[in-house]
Amino acid sequence: MDKLFKLLRTNARLSNAELAVMLDSTEEEIASRISSLEKQGIIKGYSTVFDEEIVSKDYVRALIELKVTPKAQVGYDEIARHISQYPEVESVYLVSGGYDLSVTLRCHSLKEVSDYVAQRLATIDGVISTTTHFFLQKYKESGIMLISEDEDERTMQ
Amino acid sequence: MDYSKIISKKAHDIKPSGIRKYFDIAEKLGNVISLGVGEPDFHTPWVIRREAIRTLERGKTFYTANSGLMALRKAISDYTEQKTGVRYDPDGEIIVTVGGSEAIDLAVRAIVEPGDEVIIPEPSFVCYRPIVELTGGVPVIINTREEDCFKLRAEALREKITERTKLLILPYPNNPTGAIMTREDLEPIAQLLKGTDIMVLTDEIYAELTYSTEGHCSIVSLEDMRERTLYINGFSKAFAMTGWRLGYMCGPREILKHALKIHQFGIMSSPTVSQYAAIEALKNCSEDVRNMVDEYDMRRRYLVDAFNKLGLRCFMPEGAFYVFPCIKSTGLTSDEFCERLLYSKRVAVIPGTAFGECGEGYIRVSYAYSRKHLKEAIEKIAEFLEELKNGD
Repeated sequence: MDKLFKLLRTNARLSNAELAVMLDSTEEEIASRISSLEKQGIIKGYSTVFDEEIVSKDYVRALIELKVTPKAQVGYDEIARHISQYPEVESVYLVSGGYDLSVTLRCHSLKEVSDYVAQRLATIDGVISTTTHFFLQKYKESGIMLISEDEDERTMQ
Repeated sequence: MDYSKIISKKAHDIKPSGIRKYFDIAEKLGNVISLGVGEPDFHTPWVIRREAIRTLERGKTFYTANSGLMALRKAISDYTEQKTGVRYDPDGEIIVTVGGSEAIDLAVRAIVEPGDEVIIPEPSFVCYRPIVELTGGVPVIINTREEDCFKLRAEALREKITERTKLLILPYPNNPTGAIMTREDLEPIAQLLKGTDIMVLTDEIYAELTYSTEGHCSIVSLEDMRERTLYINGFSKAFAMTGWRLGYMCGPREILKHALKIHQFGIMSSPTVSQYAAIEALKNCSEDVRNMVDEYDMRRRYLVDAFNKLGLRCFMPEGAFYVFPCIKSTGLTSDEFCERLLYSKRVAVIPGTAFGECGEGYIRVSYAYSRKHLKEAIEKIAEFLEELKNGD
């Protein structure tokens, strides 16, 4: 992976000056590279990884496995696009294996999740079945450890 | 009992490592931000650990051949050839050792006689001098200089060569300076040694961690050098395998034959589980190594820039994972600087003098730490320098 992507992936707040030093480049070059990556749609956005237990303590997150029947011409895209537009939906992936679409939700309560699944997802034309898993604990996200790392046990030799 | 009468003079006279003192103070103080360690912060790549687990599951826990598993020696032979262009016969020209450190000890003990002179460029790793002294050899120090980017220069070497010179230790990429020797730097050294009976011990434990575009060059790859070189490398730094204790020495059969006896009676064989895992390291970890090198490279640039901005002149090291900023502008000695920084800001760095007297005026800063950790430490060092200026 490009070193610029490596750096931004775990810390999107690094300044152009800091990036330039680490990548042996100039601020101007970095600025123009990032702006071109944004324009090309290669950089899609910048998000922050929170400690969800503190920031989202009033939320419930769930992973929904969906089995669907792909439609002629558009395949899975139409259903995926439809599901993606709901604000409760955080991510939608088409996956291989025992089911087709993997959807993560962020809602205010268990009830809201079950209502959403029953009323919105299960009723979509082409959805065959749904399986809901509630998230209990998050350990790592976007390459960032959310639990405290092991203590540094190294000695000076 | 009067132990002072029991302890051998040679053991008694060994000076303890100058690094240890700072570790002990840091331990006592607690809550210290350390920049002092000499080992990677990365975990050993998972495939290597998995191979070790499999080895244990299969019950492969016996001694290996004294010189190491044949499969590992073959892998070392291929790897070394790929990196240096020089082929060593797995049968007789390679010994698997307990870390690069044992290989250094073996090499010195196999060839140095009492009174033999061993040339050691400094600043350099702490073990060369005591190992030479234990054999009764005489360390002859060459002080390398910042204006030479801490490289060994042929002129300096020529001045130190005498009839008693037996061995030149070539510690590059260098701990603590981060200096490297390019092919152009090595050629005049090789020229000087050709036709002599002087051997070279090249300690290339940091070879993989070279950041220049042309990459690492080993002296053994130069014409006529194979016959006079003991090539030492290991798994600790490149593959983040310090605790596995595994290194190796490659060299002329006639020397290794005798070195092997010392290894056989002193060690028997290197750890078996580590040896199986190391085969995996050599064969399937080039991407892991590349990722680690990329990360070190970014940290290196970050630190050099940060120290220069703080007014501590710092040359751009091209190897290992240390920067070696000059602290002469503070008016403090290396020792004073490190002690005061440690007590007042709880940041641990190592004085350059731990690696030889010519390290005075410098400190060794390790970047085997996360960027976040380095940034925190730099902020503390900035506060410290500010307070020094204000005479606090």
